[in-house]
Amino acid sequence: MRVLVTGGRGLLGSAVVRGLLARGDDVTVLQRTPAGHGSAVREILGDVTDPEAVRSAMAGAQGVVHLAARVSMVGEWRDFERTNVGGTRVVVEAARAAGVDRFVHVSSPSVAHAGDPLVGAPAGPADPEHARGHYARSKAMAELDALSAQQSGFPVVAIRPHLVWGPGDTQLVGRIAERARQGRLVLIDDGAALIDTTYVDNAADAIVASLARCHRDDVRGRAFVVSNGEPRTVAEILALIAGAAGAPAPTRRVPYPIARAAGAMIERAWQRAGRADEPPMTAFVAEQLATAHWFDQRQTRAALDWRPRVGLDEGFARLAASMAP
Amino acid sequence: MVTGPALEPATLPPPGLAGLEASWSRLVTARDADGVRRTWHVLDTHADRDTADVELTLLCVHGNPTWSYLWRRLLAEAPDGVRVVAIDHLDMGYSERTGTVRRLAQRVEDLGCLTAAMGLDGPVVTVAHDWGGPISLGWCLEHRAQLQGIVLLNTAVHQPAGSPSPGIIRLARSAPLLRANTVDTPVFVRGTTLLSRPALSRDVVTAFAAPYRGAARREAIGAFVADIPFEPSHPSAAALDAIADGITSLSDVPVLLLWGPGDPVFADRYLNDLAQRLPQADIHRYEGARHLVSEDAPAAIGDLLAWIDDLRRPPVVPERPAEPPRPHMWAALDRRAAETPSDVALAEPRAGGWRRISWELLSRNVDLLARGLLARGIRRGDRVAVLIPPGADLLAVVYACWRIGAVVVVTDAGLGVRGIHRALRGAAPRHVIGIPRALALVRALRLPGQRIAVAELPSIARNGGSGDLPAAPAPEDAAVVVFTSGSTGPAKGVVYLHRQVQVTRDLLAAHYAITDADALVAAFAPWAVLGPALGIASVIPDMDVTSPRTLKARALADAIRVVGGTLMWASPAAFASVLESSIDLTPSERADFASLRLVLGAGAPVSSSLLHGMADLCPRADVRTPYGMTEALPVCDVTIDEIDAAGPGDGVLVGRPLEGVDVAISRVDADGVARGALSTTPGLLGEIVVRGAHVKERYDRLWATQRASVRDGGWHRTGDVGHLDDVGRLWIGGRLSHVVTTPDGPLAPVGVEQRVEHLPGIRHAACVGVGPVGVQAPVLVVVTDARDEGLADAALTAQVRAAAGVPVAAVIRRRDLPVDIRHNSKVDRTALSAWASGLLAGRRDPA
Repeated sequence: MRVLVTGGRGLLGSAVVRGLLARGDDVTVLQRTPAGHGSAVREILGDVTDPEAVRSAMAGAQGVVHLAARVSMVGEWRDFERTNVGGTRVVVEAARAAGVDRFVHVSSPSVAHAGDPLVGAPAGPADPEHARGHYARSKAMAELDALSAQQSGFPVVAIRPHLVWGPGDTQLVGRIAERARQGRLVLIDDGAALIDTTYVDNAADAIVASLARCHRDDVRGRAFVVSNGEPRTVAEILALIAGAAGAPAPTRRVPYPIARAAGAMIERAWQRAGRADEPPMTAFVAEQLATAHWFDQRQTRAALDWRPRVGLDEGFARLAASMAP
Repeated sequence: MVTGPALEPATLPPPGLAGLEASWSRLVTARDADGVRRTWHVLDTHADRDTADVELTLLCVHGNPTWSYLWRRLLAEAPDGVRVVAIDHLDMGYSERTGTVRRLAQRVEDLGCLTAAMGLDGPVVTVAHDWGGPISLGWCLEHRAQLQGIVLLNTAVHQPAGSPSPGIIRLARSAPLLRANTVDTPVFVRGTTLLSRPALSRDVVTAFAAPYRGAARREAIGAFVADIPFEPSHPSAAALDAIADGITSLSDVPVLLLWGPGDPVFADRYLNDLAQRLPQADIHRYEGARHLVSEDAPAAIGDLLAWIDDLRRPPVVPERPAEPPRPHMWAALDRRAAETPSDVALAEPRAGGWRRISWELLSRNVDLLARGLLARGIRRGDRVAVLIPPGADLLAVVYACWRIGAVVVVTDAGLGVRGIHRALRGAAPRHVIGIPRALALVRALRLPGQRIAVAELPSIARNGGSGDLPAAPAPEDAAVVVFTSGSTGPAKGVVYLHRQVQVTRDLLAAHYAITDADALVAAFAPWAVLGPALGIASVIPDMDVTSPRTLKARALADAIRVVGGTLMWASPAAFASVLESSIDLTPSERADFASLRLVLGAGAPVSSSLLHGMADLCPRADVRTPYGMTEALPVCDVTIDEIDAAGPGDGVLVGRPLEGVDVAISRVDADGVARGALSTTPGLLGEIVVRGAHVKERYDRLWATQRASVRDGGWHRTGDVGHLDDVGRLWIGGRLSHVVTTPDGPLAPVGVEQRVEHLPGIRHAACVGVGPVGVQAPVLVVVTDARDEGLADAALTAQVRAAAGVPVAAVIRRRDLPVDIRHNSKVDRTALSAWASGLLAGRRDPA
């Protein structure tokens, strides 16, 4: 199958490309900077908000995995809206116009998270009105757009991997590891909130599986949360990541209200200074680190006929190996 | 009688009342007894449907100050073939405001006029609450031919003699307050719903009050209260008395009484009064529920419909094989009195020594006391609460009660004051015999019944006369009411018939080869009374039998020596205390333990180390631990050698069923409900289901609980989970309600806990689930030697995960685990799960 992957350079995008190649697919990637996937992959450089670039990347595609998104804790709404909402519309439109007959929209569980603890939760409907922060709101709008674009012959499925991590991850793992090495990693309250995470290969497998099963009635038009299905406390996840990086586990604790207030303050400071780098804490991050979010994976596993191949223990062993000096 | 035009016509309820379908509402016009046309608001499942398929109609009659809304869930859940008609009384709900004052007799007639106008002439079951009770019963008496059954919820037909009228109502009826509370202000309307526990949702409270906005719409609420005949001269007194007397003639009509015992108005004494008038009634008391029982106890409506179901399709009761009658419970006592009159039947400690009672004396005491209790008014079938610690008085009272056919209600201190209160209120004994402390408690709790102090027993025995004793109770007569430990919800009363306690006695005698040469060291309260029934001497060790940890090794040695004890039953806590204090034993005291041939750990699972400790202390004893429950004792038993030989497994090995006892397993589904057909397939995890002639007759005043427990016909659902192994031995995995429903299937906690408790440094472990049913993540809560608290560190977490053998989301340390009072060993995993869920959900305040 000829498949276009948007955002093929990131941690998950790269894993998806590898998965598709392993399946024997003919892969095109579209992103702004070279991904370095080698000669087996056709590469188009461009922005998903640019209809021309998208149209040329889409040429001949039968399937699309739309991963490209603006992922950040800070920034202006208009930037999130342009890339995540506008970009998705461009990609969906181009796919439909090009006669693509399976479309996987990669989303996020945060699109349905209004801030309450999620405990063994099902994949709720995307809810832009209550989603927390610009990223989640823009992704919620994008998911609704993508799913509503589904029509006969153009099945769309939304996959929401939760907290993806793995070797080479500069986002979640990189930042936590760096702070741990500096001794600046703290727990909010006692770090007891249970959270789901997803080893990158498992998320990629789920996306590839959903591309294959896109036409099925129990898949098309639906949103699926994907995770390892092994909830752990925030404290344990942070300790495992720190451990993989050879750094000590966090022991200092900050009460949630203080963490949240500090996060809000830092956010404002970042905004005033117009800084583009990621702040060390935001109100949203404080909330996420203090709130359970783990999911009911039964439907996802049944509908996608998928199970995580790499358990947390194996995943963290691989992570540690990748981070060994 | 004012017969003018309606002050306000009947209307349909406004749309949007929670749980109410607009399609149920209809207005029905009927002439009342005076020939005046009145319009009623009625909820009717068949308001817009053909009634051709209706086999049975539930005629639902609300009380004051509610309306037909009370029955909305009955309408919503009515099965095919059942029509539900719920009326609003005239001047109430959305029915016409007539401007008249209508008394009980007229309301009974009004209801008859309405059902006639509606053409309700087929089979009817009435369902009524509060003052709807007398009205519906009045209707019943006039419609016998079509009456199929009666359901009553918290109501009354009579003010029981000698009991105070409900203070709340008396206050509300006092002239200055009556109008203020009921009509001029919505105090009564609002108060009725505010009294609910748990609190009703705002939507529901609003809906109950909806028809009563404005004083004009509330006139009848005051009139209803004023129509309660507290005094014989009251205009409705005669009508109510006629109904109260009349219903005793309905003995062939099935009756269901659903009760919220927390009702400040219709307290348990009204239930007891109804139960006497309608002795055929099935009764279910919802512990914790109040006046609006169908709101407070969410199960009530489903239970009511289950009862209706059974009424339409009576369940098949398996026939019990005919058995020759067994000897009475006192037969061995009489035999020993005749054969070995001067041998010791009972030894109990007293200051500076032992009091020894011979068989002859015990037998005579029982005989005299039986006559004396009769003379004090205790009758065959009467319930007698016995609040006496084990000893001569307890034995004499229990056997005397049995002799005259009275039913012994046994509570133990392990229930706690609150538990005893609930238990005695539920069991409603007519007499209480107790030590001063217990009687003081009964008085303080204002429990009804004749109170008899232990100190009075000698004079009662002297004054019994020498007349003939009545005929002995029949095998099918009730013998005792005992209570479950309440570790999974409020303690439940369990009724045994004489036949069943006789089988229990004979099972024990046969299985443990008990002969006259044996002597019982009765250190375990519930079984301390069985010595005379088994024809063996008993000794009560110097301890507080209700507090097992007060049993010390030296006192036990003394007790064994006094009677040459051969059998001992004790709880694990008593074992632990004996072993701890055994270091103080002299060599000769230690030698006393050699006369024991059988040591049973009872009441709760006994750890291997305790069993081994007892085996070391009692060199000649066969050390065993039986499995059973308040509802069936014993079921299985196992020796220490078998446990050792079997090695570790998934749960606690309790051995094979006793002769005459069957054990089967009902598979637990992914949602934690045991639906499987009964099976003996090895390895299948499910609810343990037992059958035997010694299993309880029924739960007391818990009709729905009883129905669920015997739904397999002749078998008893234990609420425990476990599996059978390849050689038919039973392994216990915990309580059904504690099963963790993981996405990979149901998980029984005990096996996991045992594996974790083997780790060094772990004292106790509890495996609980967090998350919704079917998706639960197993969490281990552990008590370490250091008794530290909080999330476990990485090393401990890794150890626990490796030992557990199941996916463990988190390991949490606690200083201790919540346990029951009676056994001090049954872990309340439900509470622990809620606690862990809160912790692992993180913050609860969505900012």
